[in-house]
Amino acid sequence: MAAKKASPDLLNSSFSFKSLKLKTKQQELLLRVSILGLVYVLAFIARLFSVLRYESMIHEFDPYFNYRTTLFLTEKGFYEFWNWFDSESWYPLGRIIGGTLYPGLMVTAALIYWTLRFLRFFVHIREVCVLTAPFFASNTTLVAYFFGKEIWDTGAGLVAAALIAICPGYISRSVAGSYDNEAVAIFALLLTFYLFVKAVKTGSLSWALGSAFGYFYMVSAWGGYVFIINLVPLYVLVLLITGRYSMRLYVAYNCMYILGMLLAMQIRFVGFQHVQSGEHMAAMGVFLLMQVFYFLDWVKHQLNDTKLFQTFLRITVTSAILVGGIALGVGTASGYISPWTGRFYSLLDPTYAKDHIPIIASVSEHQPTAWSSFMFDYHILLFLFPAGLYFCFKRLSDATIFIVMYGLTSLYFAGVMVRLILVATPAVCLISAIAVSATVKNLTSLLRTKQKVPQTGSTKGVGSSKSSSKVTLDQSQPFHKNGAIALLVGVFYLLSRYAIHCTWVTSEAYSSPSIVLAARGAHGNRIIFDDYREAYYWLRQNTPTDAKVMSWWDYGYQITAMGNRTVIVDNNTWNNTHIATVGRAMSSYEDEAYDIMRSLDVNYVLVVFGGVTGYSSDDINKFLWMVRIGGGVYPVIKEPDYLVNGEFRVDKGASPKMLNCLMYKLCYYRFGELVTEYGKPTGYDRARGVEIGNKDIKLEHLEEAYTTSNWIVRVYRVKPPTNML
Amino acid sequence: MAARNWIFAVAVFLSLSTFSSAQDLQIVNAERRIDLSSHIVKAFLTLKVENIGKDPAADMLLAFPPTQIKNLAMVQALAVMGKKKKKNYLPLDVKPSEQPDAPNDAGYFLVSFATPLGPGETVTLEVLYILTHSLEPFPVEITQSESQLVYYRDSAVVLSPYRIKQQTTFFKTPSTRVESFTSVEPANRAGKEIKYGAYEDRVPYSYAPVIVHFENNSPFAVVEELVREIEISHWGSLQITENYRLTHGGARHKGVFSRVEYQSRRSISGSSSFNALLAVLPPRVNSVYYRDDIGNISTSHLRTGFKKSELEFEPRYPLFGGWKATFIIGYRVPLEDYLFEAPDGRRYLNFTFGCPLVETIVNKLTLKVVLPEGSKDPSAVLPFAVNQDLQVKYSYLDIVGRTVVVLQKDNVVPTHNVPFQVYYTFKPIYMLAEPLMLVSAFFFVFVTSLAYVHIDLNIVKK
Repeated sequence: MAAKKASPDLLNSSFSFKSLKLKTKQQELLLRVSILGLVYVLAFIARLFSVLRYESMIHEFDPYFNYRTTLFLTEKGFYEFWNWFDSESWYPLGRIIGGTLYPGLMVTAALIYWTLRFLRFFVHIREVCVLTAPFFASNTTLVAYFFGKEIWDTGAGLVAAALIAICPGYISRSVAGSYDNEAVAIFALLLTFYLFVKAVKTGSLSWALGSAFGYFYMVSAWGGYVFIINLVPLYVLVLLITGRYSMRLYVAYNCMYILGMLLAMQIRFVGFQHVQSGEHMAAMGVFLLMQVFYFLDWVKHQLNDTKLFQTFLRITVTSAILVGGIALGVGTASGYISPWTGRFYSLLDPTYAKDHIPIIASVSEHQPTAWSSFMFDYHILLFLFPAGLYFCFKRLSDATIFIVMYGLTSLYFAGVMVRLILVATPAVCLISAIAVSATVKNLTSLLRTKQKVPQTGSTKGVGSSKSSSKVTLDQSQPFHKNGAIALLVGVFYLLSRYAIHCTWVTSEAYSSPSIVLAARGAHGNRIIFDDYREAYYWLRQNTPTDAKVMSWWDYGYQITAMGNRTVIVDNNTWNNTHIATVGRAMSSYEDEAYDIMRSLDVNYVLVVFGGVTGYSSDDINKFLWMVRIGGGVYPVIKEPDYLVNGEFRVDKGASPKMLNCLMYKLCYYRFGELVTEYGKPTGYDRARGVEIGNKDIKLEHLEEAYTTSNWIVRVYRVKPPTNML
Repeated sequence: MAARNWIFAVAVFLSLSTFSSAQDLQIVNAERRIDLSSHIVKAFLTLKVENIGKDPAADMLLAFPPTQIKNLAMVQALAVMGKKKKKNYLPLDVKPSEQPDAPNDAGYFLVSFATPLGPGETVTLEVLYILTHSLEPFPVEITQSESQLVYYRDSAVVLSPYRIKQQTTFFKTPSTRVESFTSVEPANRAGKEIKYGAYEDRVPYSYAPVIVHFENNSPFAVVEELVREIEISHWGSLQITENYRLTHGGARHKGVFSRVEYQSRRSISGSSSFNALLAVLPPRVNSVYYRDDIGNISTSHLRTGFKKSELEFEPRYPLFGGWKATFIIGYRVPLEDYLFEAPDGRRYLNFTFGCPLVETIVNKLTLKVVLPEGSKDPSAVLPFAVNQDLQVKYSYLDIVGRTVVVLQKDNVVPTHNVPFQVYYTFKPIYMLAEPLMLVSAFFFVFVTSLAYVHIDLNIVKK
């Protein structure tokens, strides 16, 4: 918010600070540093709503895995962490943690933790993890400032820093407690881009090296690095096509690509993908193209004959493309280069996942983005973005081309998947900042020339050459000044609305930990449903330490982190068959499911049920995905069996298979005896608003082990087989 | 204990020659009231002791069977002085005592009289002893709808190295439901009370094992381990952190836990389980928190008062037999209420020992007093024996670490909640160490940045 006043303050500073003995340059520096400092603090504290509303805790699902691994890292050290075989998840398969995760986040948090301990601040690792995301968000504002400064000017940099500090699109993934890869990855992403743009601008090896290290950090932190390794070559290609090839570009890209690739190979999860996977081939191709370009340049320099060069050019380009094409073809055919993954396809073709990979489509954050959520996450930036593009095109340079490409491509991906709004946010903020900064600057320079002309003859300050041209304009248009004032007021009004909107969204929508549910009671008091932790803690304390818990994969990470028990499947959805087996067990009849559970050594089954509280994201509402994923691998499970005329229902009209499958039984066991709402019959499901169809549920192979106080989590014990004697 | 022994009164004789005082004293009248209403068994023993020897007796022995001696949490004795109207009580010194020829591993406590008991004189003693883990659930496992039945094993007559002329024993049960009790004539039951006796003239070491089988649904809250850490900050507060490992020590829960029964038929379902606990905290307590390994627990309620504060809280789930819960309670109290300066210039902390939870047994209590950095010569003063140790702890901005006085005691009951003192010497100048460190760190940062701005590191002059 502070930075909104930035630009006018900067311009007015020469008047207001005249009494102080500071040079204009020093005043400007002081202002800039203090504004940045304020933005830095603001970015941090805006993300603390969740800590104030709830407590200092880890949110959602994936962060619990990250927290658990960080805990392991700080307790056992790096080598143990790197070689960790986790037998507590994916029973009986287990998971090689060191080789299947991006360690950047955990290592970062552990380093912060060790540093603090070294400085004699004995904090708990949980606090470090909770505050990692806000801390990196603050750092991102600094990078945004330098980036803005690089592509436009310091004013744009300050505005960009302020915009990104509170932009909901970014806050949604970086509030205190959302300890996820994205928390550090956006910082790394922006840093890499900034350093690369800087390298292209200066042609300096050191900046290119910096960007290679930024890329390395990004690769270590998040799978979204694929975006960098495709956007950068694309950018280079565009520069080549538009005839902006230069030695600076050659140095920057080659250094960044080669070093970045070698560094990235050090991450075990990524390994040799840079030379073996189809998704990384664009970068390789552009790298080769770059060499061809350089070679041609050199030949052109050597040959003075244009005609000869034209022939040579034709031959070289054709053969280069031919060789490249053959290499790619042979690589793909021989299986050395792996084809594109389903996730990559689903980005290019939004309908792909829906038809082919139900497990990706089942995640709500992988859905195509609705217009409303764009508005929700960007607010005025949505309108400022095109304006910013206009300014960028007006002053085209290597840097602005980059930000335009970054903005347009990431905005496309944001349209494909909700969660990728996050990637687009920095670009949108930067481009919008250009729009704001340029507009405000033009308007204020208009105002200032008018004031100055009658006062003094000597004009000093910003844009003195511009002002002289504007003087003539002003004389011809008497309402110009008023118009400019009105426009300025309008801009500030919009920006203040943005600030209000961001604060509101942050506090209302993005600061809920989702592990603790809060509702308003009849008298306006706050009611807390802490059922998840109740159940997980019960599991942790009152079940055998080697018990295996079966649940839908959403809760896997939480059960291992909070319940400290072995799970069958978890949120790292690497084995579709295993998940399908669980889906099949949940959608089978009890005795069929019992055989599956026996074969998986399951001791406890955990289901999430919202029928008493009206909590809608429970297992019954997720059930069709279990059927679909289960049916995808085991054709015995057929989706139409659970539907009536294509409709999913749980009341009397539900299909018999639905009424007797394991999930239905476990959710509604003895629910038929309960009166949930005054004036409704017993067994009234508040989440779906119907009276359930099967009130007399008998369990044969399972027994109720624990049900939380609001029935949200129900745990069942799998009985041992009955003795035959 | 084998059931066939129930009704046999076993009298154990031994050579009386080894006990010089034993033959000189006799107990004219003994009355014992054993309160079985909670899982902490309290026994009140009134003894009228007479010296029948020729020499004055300075002390007397209390004997306990070996099954009780390991569960004995505390023995206190008072001498009753004066007549009925102007009765006053004088606490006597009681300490455990080893006797070389103890029959059947009986354990002893030695009570020292305030003034030696002259020949022919009598004195009345009030003895209180507390037993833990002495109620044995039977059946061992119960379902949610059953109530909890327990065995209590004791002797119908008071075990004593002295001859007892006349004695009676009363058992008070929590409810009228008594399944059975061993009959040692004369014995009878009225309401919640079972009376054994009066028995006349029993020889030393008379023993008559009895078993009472009765219903006890009181919360069997057993803290398996409690670590209390009291951190003294001379900046004005005591920070207390208590780590609990609580378990339900009663009959184990078996089979299903049905929420629908638990919430709709509360009176008959899970009657031996408990989900509400009460902790008595000091007055003027502030910044109270209640959490566990995975975060805050929202079910707690604090009432502050002038004499004490009460924290009512619930574990995340109700505790049935055998279920466990761990949690942490932390709070802060003002320093001036608990830290004083002794006349010799040393400082001392005066705080309450024991466990703040009411009606709970603590199997192992570790109390850590973290002294401020730079304090020396710590010493602890307690009214009973505990294991003492010294440790070093590092906290915020510590360099040499803080001295920690560790006091450790097993089998702690609410009666142990008595004040104790920890003395140490401390120079107030050490209080400034941490602020000065911070100030110098910031100063250093600013000086470095100042230097950085002014130093030109370029090789080539621009």
